[in-house]
Amino acid sequence: MTTPCPSTSSSDAVISVAGVSRHFGGRRALDQVTLHVPRGAVFGLVGENGAGKTTLIQHILGLLAPESGTVRVFGRDPVADPIGVLGRTGYLSERRDLPGWMRIDELLRYTRAFYPRWDGEYAESLRQRFALPSSQKVQTLSQGQQAKAGLIVALAFRPELLLLDEPSSGLDPVVRREILEAIIRTVAEDRRTVFFSSHLLDEIERVCDHIAMIRAGRIVLFGRLDDIKQGHRRLHLHFDEPCQAPPALEALLTLEGAGRDWTGLFRGDPMRLLAMARAAGATVVAEEVPSLDEVFVAQTLVDARRGADPHV
Amino acid sequence: MHLRIQAASGVPIYLQLVQQIRSLVASRQLAAGAELPAIRTLAERLLINPNTVARAYLELERANIVVKRHGSGTYVAENPPPVARSQQQSILAERVDGLLAEAAQMGIGVEDLVGLLRRRHQRMASPPS
Repeated sequence: MTTPCPSTSSSDAVISVAGVSRHFGGRRALDQVTLHVPRGAVFGLVGENGAGKTTLIQHILGLLAPESGTVRVFGRDPVADPIGVLGRTGYLSERRDLPGWMRIDELLRYTRAFYPRWDGEYAESLRQRFALPSSQKVQTLSQGQQAKAGLIVALAFRPELLLLDEPSSGLDPVVRREILEAIIRTVAEDRRTVFFSSHLLDEIERVCDHIAMIRAGRIVLFGRLDDIKQGHRRLHLHFDEPCQAPPALEALLTLEGAGRDWTGLFRGDPMRLLAMARAAGATVVAEEVPSLDEVFVAQTLVDARRGADPHV
Repeated sequence: MHLRIQAASGVPIYLQLVQQIRSLVASRQLAAGAELPAIRTLAERLLINPNTVARAYLELERANIVVKRHGSGTYVAENPPPVARSQQQSILAERVDGLLAEAAQMGIGVEDLVGLLRRRHQRMASPPS
């Protein structure tokens, strides 16, 4: 799936990114990025640090303009119509970006002024659920508390789109759980769309229904999570004749082994893969659906072998 | 209701839920008529997408294992379909494996184990007065 295969047409997408590229100095930060986020989806953007996740999110928010390609959120250009987009989008940045000198109650009063649909009762119930003291200044909060405060600010006006950049980053497992719970509660509410970036595959795999993998500014996988997982197989192969060199097989991502026994990660229709293995003189001893982690690592290795150079 | 989800396993999460709930109903750990947690509650507890829970409940409903009462929640069916013989065997096989492992640790042989099984069965069939 090196070319994007959207599961919905871009017309019912809440976020629609098409062919977006961006350089910073000599470095290509985004390279022909295309993806669509359907309404009501929980979309996970997976990538290592430095892969381009934050840069892409900044384009979605209209904080950066693309050099080429288009970005549409709710059908609007976020650069040309920031209020139309940001007024309906709850955003939590990776560095939380909250005014340190404000107390929690001041922060909530301040933010409320910007959003006509701010729900004061909901904000208060979140504050209590997260056990954030009203009178405490933001700069004295722990990392986890700051993330929770940022999440209240993003959620309390009940936005149509929740956009989170590494919401769990730097947090201990207990707080990570609380944040994820809050996100899931948001998902359960009608027709809300969630987009979050993460390098933590476990939470992506549990919560997302659509994902995109970004590596060195390029989208290397994109689609429904179930389709992506079911479109890969780990096959344990036993060849009739020992192989002097690693067997050349179609649709192969990674392969290891020796002699007659080889294990490979394959991409493609499982039936076709079995037929292909048989045609190559091998019996399939075992067949498994790999984890997202394996798919990601394999894809990274494939890209490295192809000599994909992020600095070109 | 004890459920465990493995996100990285090859089995789709909704299917893991379906299989585990089926097992709980088959072994009567979930009684007929018992209420299942609300979709939202279970999603928050397991930290998974609520749509995944909804899908699992839908599959279970299609298999007549649970019943959705409009506005009221999801309940184990009064007469869930009898579990297929093969599934009954595999539920028991798991228990037997556990028992065999324990007995081996204690140094108790399988013949003694069979003897114990017969005696306890006898006791159940005709309890001492």
